[in-house]
Amino acid sequence: MKILDTNELKEISQQLRRDVIKMLMISKSGHSGGPLGSADIFSSLYFHILNIDPKNPKWDGRDYFFLSAGHYCPVWYAALARRGYFPLNELTTLRKINGRLQGHPAPVHTHGVPGVEVASGALGQGLSIAVGCSLGLRLDNKANHVYVFLGDGELNEGQIWEAAMTAGHHKVDNLIAIVDRNDCQIDGRTSNVMGLEPLVDKWKAFNWHVLECNGNNIDDFISTIKQAKDLKGKPKVIVARTFMGNGVSFMQDDYKWHGVPPNDEQGKQALAEIPPTKYGDFIEFEWEKEINLVSVK
Amino acid sequence: MLKFQPKEHKATRLGFGEALVELGHENPNVVVLGGDVTGSVRTDLFMKAFPNRFFSVGIAEQDMMGTAAGLAIAGKIPFASTYGEFATGRPFDQIRQSIAYSELPVKICASHCGITVGQDGATHQSLEDIALMRVLPHMTVASPCDYHQAKKMVKASMHLKNPLYLRFFRDNSTVFTSPDSPFQFGKADTLIDGSDVTIIACGLQVWEVILAEEILAKDGISVRVINMHTIKPIDVETINKAAEETGAIVTAEDHQKHGGLGSAVAEVLVQHCPTPQEFVAVNDTFGESGLGEELMKKYGINKDAIVKAVHRVIERKKSNRFSRR
Ligand SMILES: Cc1ncc(C[n+]2csc(CCOP(=O)(O)OP(=O)(O)O)c2C)c(N)n1
Repeated sequence: MKILDTNELKEISQQLRRDVIKMLMISKSGHSGGPLGSADIFSSLYFHILNIDPKNPKWDGRDYFFLSAGHYCPVWYAALARRGYFPLNELTTLRKINGRLQGHPAPVHTHGVPGVEVASGALGQGLSIAVGCSLGLRLDNKANHVYVFLGDGELNEGQIWEAAMTAGHHKVDNLIAIVDRNDCQIDGRTSNVMGLEPLVDKWKAFNWHVLECNGNNIDDFISTIKQAKDLKGKPKVIVARTFMGNGVSFMQDDYKWHGVPPNDEQGKQALAEIPPTKYGDFIEFEWEKEINLVSVK
Repeated sequence: MLKFQPKEHKATRLGFGEALVELGHENPNVVVLGGDVTGSVRTDLFMKAFPNRFFSVGIAEQDMMGTAAGLAIAGKIPFASTYGEFATGRPFDQIRQSIAYSELPVKICASHCGITVGQDGATHQSLEDIALMRVLPHMTVASPCDYHQAKKMVKASMHLKNPLYLRFFRDNSTVFTSPDSPFQFGKADTLIDGSDVTIIACGLQVWEVILAEEILAKDGISVRVINMHTIKPIDVETINKAAEETGAIVTAEDHQKHGGLGSAVAEVLVQHCPTPQEFVAVNDTFGESGLGEELMKKYGINKDAIVKAVHRVIERKKSNRFSRR
């Protein structure tokens, strides 16, 4: 696949946001805020950064991606489907019985979809797994990169800092952690629930290279990843500032949207704020068909 | 005819949250720990009423249990609350060493237990928590059948000196007991008397059993229904009496078959009064995403599964295998 440029990536992000809204309108259950806020990160990863082959998900030359904060999975599923890991129309099955799009991700050999390496949903476990994977690859002198996506609230978990210490100690420099710094978790602002600052200094103190960027700016995010790849000798973390619910005015930067789906009315409003793209939606709702008919007339 | 009439639908977790506020007024030593799911487990009510006695530990369940142990040592009465899996599996060793072995009066109160939590999927469906907590020495383990019993259980927990695990559920469920019916840890409620078979259940499965009893009664089967709200210490006397008088036992729980209520009952039967028993429980598998009702059907823990289990156990009782009759 050709690597997409910024304008195309922006359009993919926009499509991922539409996908997330529609998936949640169908499932009537699931997380809106994080998935919308991180759509730019997921489009950049899956259509520019990651060295992967959707037709061969277990290709041993692949870059590994771990979603430690499993509740972000709606946007991950959308990115995986758009990249060709499984059929687009399967996005209608989010959180449904007998389906593969589990409310929190599972690997393909249990309940889940290709592209998912390990289960997540209980927070705080993914960094350890990513560190283990990085150590294993290094042992085999492999050049694959390992990426792991963490929520900022998730950093409350002690295991994250155990893993941070392990990675620093073993100088695993094939590892890039991405922290979605939206300053929101369930009960409120991260600063009110459990203060994280000074966050950059914390990672530095654990012997990591620390980079910061605007995670809702694709150019900034991609150039920061490139910079990170060039840094040697220590694990790397990117603190990516984002807005929860990015792209939907009434959700933006509001922690109350962490774990709820839009109802029909809110979903319609959200879709009206995110224009359709050339990629097309995975489903057209009945009410959309009516609107489209009217606009054709 | 249904032997109990549904009064309304309210969540057991709400009963917990409301009882906590009442306890907060009664006793200034009551403190509550929150793990970033405060609104979900309904400790938000206590947090608003007593902000200075509420401690947010963030998303850090191991730290939560340790902090609760420390508060208990300092003379406080700590209630630590989060979702079932994160209240038991995640901080198991902290509970084992710092709370159970150290015999500290920490009250671990878990919500969103069982497969009925539904769409979040297997990672969030705590189906092992009874087993994990029941195996720990000193630990009392209990689960209410409805909102009123949840309230009573939380109020009664104040007098327990040992560690406690309480198991609540997310969904609004049928309220069928009354605010003034008695409650005592370790003393099971015989809700319906019967002579052909006994069904022993805990949590929201009790209502499912009441629905099953209606179907079975139409078939002329006389069913005794026991709400075993306290799984540990279990009410040995009531189990033995039921085994002797009805000669067939079915257990029903929204939990793994291995290690839960059914196992606890079997441990009693096999030692005191060997009796055929059938298990209605999730059979050694993880759950998946879906609606609560769909999952109860697929994983064999709804009223139909209970009815079938009753027919199976009665067959076994007749054929006299493992039966003393
Ligand atoms: C071990 C564990 N504890 C609690 C939860 C419940 N939970 C799910 S998401 C969440 C908040 C996560 O915050 P953050 O990582 O900042 O994600 P965001 O709110 O930005 O989506 C919590 C507490 C969980 N999934 N796992």
